Amino acid sequence: MITVLEAGQFTTIQDQGRFGYQAWGMPVSGAMDTYAAAMANRLAGNETEQAVIEMTGRGGAFKFDQKTLVAVCGADMEGMAGSRKIQGWRSFFVQPGDILRFFHAREGYRTYLAVQGGIDVPLVMGSRSTYTRAQLGGFEGRCLLPGDVLYIGKAVPGKEALAAEKSAIPRYEEALSLRVLGAAGVSALGAAADEFFAATYTLGQDSDRVNYSLTGPLLALSGRTDIISTAVGQGAIQITSAGRPYIVASDHGTIRGFSRIGYVIQADLPMLAQAKPGAELSFQKICEEEAVAIWRAERNKLDALK
Amino acid sequence: MTENSILQELHLFGAGETGLVAEFGQQISPRINAAVHRFSRLLRADLPCGVTEIVPTYCAVTIYFDPLCIKRHELEQTVRNLALTMETPETVREASQIIYIPVCYGGVLGPDMDYAVKYTGLPAEEIIRLHTEKPYLVYTLGFTPGFPYLGGLQPELFVPRQEKPRLRVPTGSVGIGGGQTGFYPSESPGEWWLIGRTPVKAFDPEESNPFLLTAGDFVQFFSVDRDTYFSIRREVAAHSYVCRREEAQLG
Repeated sequence: MITVLEAGQFTTIQDQGRFGYQAWGMPVSGAMDTYAAAMANRLAGNETEQAVIEMTGRGGAFKFDQKTLVAVCGADMEGMAGSRKIQGWRSFFVQPGDILRFFHAREGYRTYLAVQGGIDVPLVMGSRSTYTRAQLGGFEGRCLLPGDVLYIGKAVPGKEALAAEKSAIPRYEEALSLRVLGAAGVSALGAAADEFFAATYTLGQDSDRVNYSLTGPLLALSGRTDIISTAVGQGAIQITSAGRPYIVASDHGTIRGFSRIGYVIQADLPMLAQAKPGAELSFQKICEEEAVAIWRAERNKLDALK
Repeated sequence: MTENSILQELHLFGAGETGLVAEFGQQISPRINAAVHRFSRLLRADLPCGVTEIVPTYCAVTIYFDPLCIKRHELEQTVRNLALTMETPETVREASQIIYIPVCYGGVLGPDMDYAVKYTGLPAEEIIRLHTEKPYLVYTLGFTPGFPYLGGLQPELFVPRQEKPRLRVPTGSVGIGGGQTGFYPSESPGEWWLIGRTPVKAFDPEESNPFLLTAGDFVQFFSVDRDTYFSIRREVAAHSYVCRREEAQLG
């Protein structure tokens, strides 16, 4: 059992996402940084799909009443386990009565706390992820609050503490170059697409689990950017009719009628999730073969810990 | 138009390394949308390995896939082969359903009926008659879980959208605006004029089938009085109300 003592800025239960219902308008949700969430699970002796605690910007405090193997991955929130500093990207045992306390994110923006056995909240439509906009999934469909009590799923005995390979630990930088696959049919956007790839943006303060907003030059559009609505997924870069680009995040609606410039590659979405509001972002086009090769390498890092 | 011409309009393009879009045209029309849903059903019935989700919209089907399980060119070949089978007679006659949805029009449950009367110049009874006259095609679902984008509103009921959207439209509200109609499966912001409300839930995550509608279905609204609205509402709360469904005999 885990008691929430402090909630933090925006703390929810997430897993790898709710799949299979986008045709009915249900977004995928799930961890914004699926890599850190999956790695935290692996280190804590879980399957990657288990539910974890996602903390955003500023973390909370959690009291454990049982001995548990836990792991912390993602942003460095200067976590403390009692009076000991928490080392990220490795698992360790907490003892009954221990309190894990997290503070402001120093490097990175989102921190994942995994416990062996996973956070035991009900499966809603095949997932434990919280989708706050529909008040669904996770813990009562909302952010955690002080006083909430979380149960821990059944753990397999005999698991030991592990550490991630150095090469599997990402470095979070203040300036980020995101790799992008261009969208088909961007000719309608004219020079605006070239302008986009040449520009530098900052991640907007109003970014959340729905959108990453981009502050920077408005793109000069020759015509309207609305299209007949089609499906959009995480990483799609869209332009509003005012010429403002934004990037689709986990809780974004499933269809939209804005033109797309391109798609941030899957392997870079975790890096984007770790960018702090105010971080500098630029975009670089790559080809599909490269994107798939990078994705394969990312998967291998996780599988190395199986 | 023949099926053949639809195949000639089939256009495949990427949407990131995990997305493939099969586009059947570039306009909002029941003909193109029927091809979209026919194709989605076929694909769903025999899902290629590595395909994670299929999202049909107005004119296109977006196929999400894992490029480590299936290569793009293999998936494209599968999609083209499947599109060819769309022409065979047994797959042309697919089953769309008409779902009958009770609506209490006007009064406190349809607070903008007065506006609709004023704007259209039609009496409320005529607005209700027109709104319930024909089934509406569910082109696609989105915006919020289970939210249907309907087509087929009578031009007499075209009104502009509200300039200032309501921040919280009550669940079940039925609205018109911008040449469209529909209803809200959950509380959300909205810019339509609300002419009625349905007691029926179009989205309930607790149910084994959480969604009342699937894209490609048809919605037929029918008018009920306030007492009936509240009695159906009680049945919905007790999970004992089932919407009447019929196979669509259209075209």
